Amino acid sequence: MLVAAMAEAACPASLAEVESARLVRPRHPAFVRATHWIAAFCFFALLLSGVEILISHPRFYWGETGNVLTPPLFTLPIPASRASVPTGYNFVLKDQNGWSRSLHFQSAWLLVFTGLFYGIAGLVTNHFRRNLLPAAGARSRRELIRSIGDHLRFARPAPSEAWSYNILQRLAYTAVVFGLVPLMIWTGLAMSPGFVAGFPFVVTVLGGQQSARTIHFIATVLLVGFLVVHVVMVWRAGFVSRMRAMITGKPDSQQPRSQEEAG
Amino acid sequence: MTRLSRRKLIAAGVAAASGASGLAAARLADRYGLIPPDGDGIWGPGETLTYAAQRLLAPNSLAREFSRDQISKPPYANGRPPKDEAFLKHQAAGFADWRLTVDGMVARPSVFSLADLRKYPSRSQITHLACEEGWSFIAEWIGVPLSYVLDIVGISPQARYVVYFSIQPRWWDSLDMTDALHPQTFLTYGMNGADLPVPHGGPLRVRVPRQLGYKSVKFVTRLTVTDSVKGFGKGKGSFAAEHGYAWYNGI
Repeated sequence: MLVAAMAEAACPASLAEVESARLVRPRHPAFVRATHWIAAFCFFALLLSGVEILISHPRFYWGETGNVLTPPLFTLPIPASRASVPTGYNFVLKDQNGWSRSLHFQSAWLLVFTGLFYGIAGLVTNHFRRNLLPAAGARSRRELIRSIGDHLRFARPAPSEAWSYNILQRLAYTAVVFGLVPLMIWTGLAMSPGFVAGFPFVVTVLGGQQSARTIHFIATVLLVGFLVVHVVMVWRAGFVSRMRAMITGKPDSQQPRSQEEAG
Repeated sequence: MTRLSRRKLIAAGVAAASGASGLAAARLADRYGLIPPDGDGIWGPGETLTYAAQRLLAPNSLAREFSRDQISKPPYANGRPPKDEAFLKHQAAGFADWRLTVDGMVARPSVFSLADLRKYPSRSQITHLACEEGWSFIAEWIGVPLSYVLDIVGISPQARYVVYFSIQPRWWDSLDMTDALHPQTFLTYGMNGADLPVPHGGPLRVRVPRQLGYKSVKFVTRLTVTDSVKGFGKGKGSFAAEHGYAWYNGI
């Protein structure tokens, strides 16, 4: 599979080759499409189970310790699934922590393996440098401002953009892939008493186990924010075409193939 | 060979290889005791990966210890103490008749009073207790290492688990020998310089600082050393595991 992905993503040398490659080369390499959907599945499983775990104690703290006897950093105005938490509501939600925790860690493991495969394939095929990190020509402030303006005006992307990510997309995806997701794994491990026994710096650099929990929550909010914007943008750009590109690799059978996007 | 069939062949190859290596890994994990008692069923892969990873990466690591000024004041006590007559009678008598029975695969099955346990070298640790709900506190825990008591009774070389029971009939759990013999696994009778308060599990609580709070069972009356937890309850190794909560919760 890795070999096939490498072959698909091999960098074409001339415009003629780009043209002919486009006739067979998919918009997204197979490894990106597969890992995208596995990661999307894991994210929903982690989010659902994470919310279930969260409602058993919807209070957040800073430092090593925190409980109902200590002042919270902030409290979510929602009911809880445990009677011991003062929430202001006179009812207690059903406790779903058992299967939620199992689902949370099982999907986390699947996401870690998927991420490892994605990371190796992305390095080997040069996918990160070519498609994900901001392109050399687009790394100017003017280009960034122009792209922000396009987004603010809700301008529909040019057809050529169906074959490449714009600067804001690249920045957002890079922040998620190399920033938020690793931060989620790090803060998750920092909450594990068994793991931090072996690797204490993982939690001490964050200021404590409760700090890790709070950062884990804030990073979740940012990821959900990313997801909302991501889905809105996909819908604006043409839901069917973009979905088809991420599933089959072909954006559109009638897609005009512009020559500007020479990879 | 067409592109499609080549791709199918590669996909089938990858699937077969991962299936075969998965089976081989499972067999190897079983041989080295890396599969938890609740490692079957739909959550088996996740539970096994977590348990095996931590046993391989840091089997003998020590839980973080804190300074005295980091002790939570007051410590948060979760749950309600037992209300049944047997416990209240013990409480009224100052737990003078509280006994810990140790049986199973041991050379010298024994019964210990609290006074017996207090005569053994006392150890203390200032460690974090985190609940699966998300809250936590730090306290000083005082007791005798479980390994010390296991040495006195002489455990059989075939022993693989120590099962422990609370006076509350539904609360029981078990540890593998790595955790049972771990220097920070205590039979705890004191907290923050005093006797262990009843709301925190007094007079006797198992303390397992490398795992979440529910592994630290309160009001302990019996330990059974065994080579398999199959014969206990539903065979999943703990009351918690029978109700969907992981047996290994070092997470």
